[in-house]
Amino acid sequence: MRTIGIVLIVAAGLVLQTSLTRFTVGGGWAIDLVLVAVCFCALAWGPAAGLLAGTLGGLAQDALSGGVLGVGGFSKTLVGFLAGAVGTQFIVAQFVPRLLVFIAGTFVHQLVFWGLYALIEQRPTAVPWTSVTMQALINAAIGLVVFQIIELAPGFAARRRARRSRLSSGGRW
Amino acid sequence: MLDIRRRTGYLFLIVMLGHVILISAQVQDRGGARLLSAVTFGLVSRIQLATAGGVDKVRGLWHGYVWLQGARAENEHLRRQVVELGGQLEEQRARASQVAMLEEALNLRKSLPIETITARVIAGDPTPGFPAVTIDRGSADGLRANMAVIAPRGIVGRIYGRVEEHAAQVQLIVGRSAGAAAYLERTGAGGNVVGGFEDPPLRLDDVPNLVDVQVGDLVLTSGLDGIFPRGYTIGRVERAQRGSGTYEEIAVRPTVDFSNLRYVLVVTTAPSPRWAAEADRQ
Repeated sequence: MRTIGIVLIVAAGLVLQTSLTRFTVGGGWAIDLVLVAVCFCALAWGPAAGLLAGTLGGLAQDALSGGVLGVGGFSKTLVGFLAGAVGTQFIVAQFVPRLLVFIAGTFVHQLVFWGLYALIEQRPTAVPWTSVTMQALINAAIGLVVFQIIELAPGFAARRRARRSRLSSGGRW
Repeated sequence: MLDIRRRTGYLFLIVMLGHVILISAQVQDRGGARLLSAVTFGLVSRIQLATAGGVDKVRGLWHGYVWLQGARAENEHLRRQVVELGGQLEEQRARASQVAMLEEALNLRKSLPIETITARVIAGDPTPGFPAVTIDRGSADGLRANMAVIAPRGIVGRIYGRVEEHAAQVQLIVGRSAGAAAYLERTGAGGNVVGGFEDPPLRLDDVPNLVDVQVGDLVLTSGLDGIFPRGYTIGRVERAQRGSGTYEEIAVRPTVDFSNLRYVLVVTTAPSPRWAAEADRQ
């Protein structure tokens, strides 16, 4: 059941990524919703989930982008596993720790990703730090909003159910 | 007893090793892992087509009914632009007819007509840093890999990878490992434009230090790569300085606004290098 959930979250991230970025192709700002999905799965369910999400998301992105298959998979699997390991070792249920995990995840991913390409192509690669920093902040903001929505949703639904039942019992009485 | 954390650690190592093997296999031979790319693109392109349709309907509703502020002014502006462009078109037609007459008079072979097909962009970059788009035309419309993709203001990129029935992927010229054979309009000096740089995203390589290159010079496709037709705009020179070796360091700003790609044209008649060379001789 959890595996299906991970697959669905990563697929949603990928579809949203390609759907939203078609309006900003080659633009100044960049987001990586697949990385957000990977970090989310890792923080929510641990390193194994992060590993699976990272492998699936990274390979799917590699296959679609026409790059070397496995580079994105490698970097996202690493980030997923590390984020999951951090999530099990430390308390990351608060705003700031989660923010740090998303930001650090983006930086580690970009460093490993471009580092691998520099190794493969054997030419020096300049990491675009400004755009990476922007991406890290946007990824973190989206990740935190997703966490907030998912954590608030059950409480909201329960409150709504309770209000409905109170109203219906009041009506009968 | 089996420790779950240790098991995950082993799994992690195995998966990472798998990635390394996969990467190594492609570095030696890129043909090894194409099946996964094809299957993934085949599946995702269908979802992208459906999502793009939905998103466009919502956008259409919003722009067509809700967000009409400024539509009148924009309409007026567009009407004026249509008239201006109509005038320019007429001028171009007149010039084309003169060229045709001259070709006939000089007994030259007529230029090959270029056929294009319009395509809608349905998806954007799957990976940040690898600019690529997916279009809603595919093998059913006669599209093949390596066909040139252009926009009204210049070249966009080329079709790469597997072409699905109703979808194809376009590698943008500004992307890493993208390139096109080019020449400077003013001097005629040839070189190769390569993408993947930060700002501006294009470089014109292989132009000797002896060539006079000025900021603002127009960079056009030479057609020698066998993908892009000759004479299409790539961009303008933004910086040019003498290189430490034999060649100049030239930074080029593309004329196409890649942040606003909605529709593109796919060139269905690919020029051959021989044709480009003949055109050069003429």
